[in-house]
Order: sequence, then C-alpha cells, then structure tokens
Amino acid sequence: MSGDHSDAAVARRVRRLETLLEEKGVLSGARLDEIIDASLSGASPANGARVVARAWLDAGFKARLLADGTAAVRELGFMEGSYQRLRVVENTDSVHNVVVCTLCSCYPLRLLGPSPSWYKSEAYRSRVVREPRAVLAEFGLDLPADTEITVWDSSAETRYMVLPARPLGTEDLGEERLAALVTRNALIGTAAV
Amino acid sequence: MAEDRFPPGTRVRTFHHDPPHHTRLPRYARGKRGVVVEPEGPAELADVSAQGRADAPVEQIYAVRFAARDLWGEGDHHVVLDLWESYLEEDPADER
Repeated sequence: MSGDHSDAAVARRVRRLETLLEEKGVLSGARLDEIIDASLSGASPANGARVVARAWLDAGFKARLLADGTAAVRELGFMEGSYQRLRVVENTDSVHNVVVCTLCSCYPLRLLGPSPSWYKSEAYRSRVVREPRAVLAEFGLDLPADTEITVWDSSAETRYMVLPARPLGTEDLGEERLAALVTRNALIGTAAV
Repeated sequence: MAEDRFPPGTRVRTFHHDPPHHTRLPRYARGKRGVVVEPEGPAELADVSAQGRADAPVEQIYAVRFAARDLWGEGDHHVVLDLWESYLEEDPADER
C-alpha cells in the first residue's frame, strides 16, 4: 500500500529469510555479506561528483548530460547494465532543483551511494514537496526569494541527480579538485557547492 | 513506435482514483492539473506488476509539472512527477 511506509515488517521478514538460508545451508552469512558488498561496490557520491566536475569543464559533455543523462554517464563508465533512466537537472543563478521520492526512497544509488537516513524519513518526503524553501533553509541553504524551485519526485523508473552551479573562483581548478568540492547533498539539491 | 498520446506541453489532469492496490500516483497529486514536460520511456504499469501479475500493460511514462498552488493551494514552486499514461487525461480547455 502506498500509505504504509513502516519497514519493520519487511526487516523482520528479511532477518527470518537470512536465518533460514543459513540454517538450510543454502548460503552462509559471510557469503551474503560478500554479495551485498559487491552489489554496492563502486556506488559512491564520488561518482556523481566526478560527473559534475566533468560537466563543469567540458561544455559538450554537459550538453549531452542534460539531454540524455544515462548515455552521458555511461561515457564515464557509470550505470552500465542499469535498467533505470538518469535525468540530470541543472541549478543556475535563478533555478534550484531538489530531489525526493515521496512514495518510498528511490535514489540514484550508483552515482550517489546508499541514501542518507533523512532522505528516507517521513519528514523530508512529506515536507519537501510542500514547503521546499523552508526545508532547504533547515539544511542551511537559504535561497533568494526570486529563485525558482522545482522538486523532482521520483515516482517511476527515472532517477534524478542535480548538477549544482559551479562556484565562482574555481576557474583554475582541475577535474579532481572540482570533484572534491561536490557533496552528496549538493547532488540531491539540499546544498549548494 | 506509435506517437505519444501526450506530447510535451500538453495540459493534463490526473485521475482521482483511490485504488485498493499499489499505485505510483501519489495521493497529493490525484485529480490535479499539470503540464507534460517530456516522455520518459515505456515501462510496465506498476499498479499491476506490483500485484505479482505477469499481464501488466507497458505504457509511456511522462514527467508532469505541477504548480504548488494547484497541489497545495499555496506556494510558488513546482513539483515534477513521473506518471504512467493511464493516470492522465487531457485537460479540457473549457473546464480550466
């Protein structure tokens, strides 16, 4: 049901399944950990940060990234084999984008790593679509009153990532140092760079 | 590939249904008016596939942009949702 977001029952079921798998000798706990680690390997906000740094340095890449996010990040070796579509949305001086999943916790895991607990909280999910300016202010991001805010609610197979505005005074920085400036929250839209 | 039913810029209205099963049309966006941003590509209708059924229809999904004022009665931001085609109907101009 879309209204029921408690994960306690699911967590219990998963624990029970794990116990059964071990008891029946199907899978050891250690092997299960290996499989989980492997599925998350390489999933890190460093990936999203690298995509952003490349877009800041290479106008052609940026244009391709905004036109077809999935294809552009595959140029850098990300999201290969994923059935999901990536849509990158650009922050500018006058436009701010922020990402949420109000129904559950959809998130571009391969580019941002595991999602933070607040992203999955009822408070963030219910409030950011209704009063994004107030929520962003609580994150420490005070936007000018005339900044246009768009909230992207990931309710299907597209995953959204924010391309933050490049900060002033970074003209001399290379890709690696630019990427180091980009935080996970900036890729979600709850922070600026 | 058939042409999309709702090209970008089409004014649409979401259905006001409240099904007893899973749906990806959030409660806050039911019976609301928005504008199609872009098609996202087809996918199985989650309302049916989430019931474990193999006969889920494949439909186009659209990014649809809503004004906060139309969703909540206040606010100056916009919300974009990804909605399956069968959640939408064209918004008749004379009822706007």
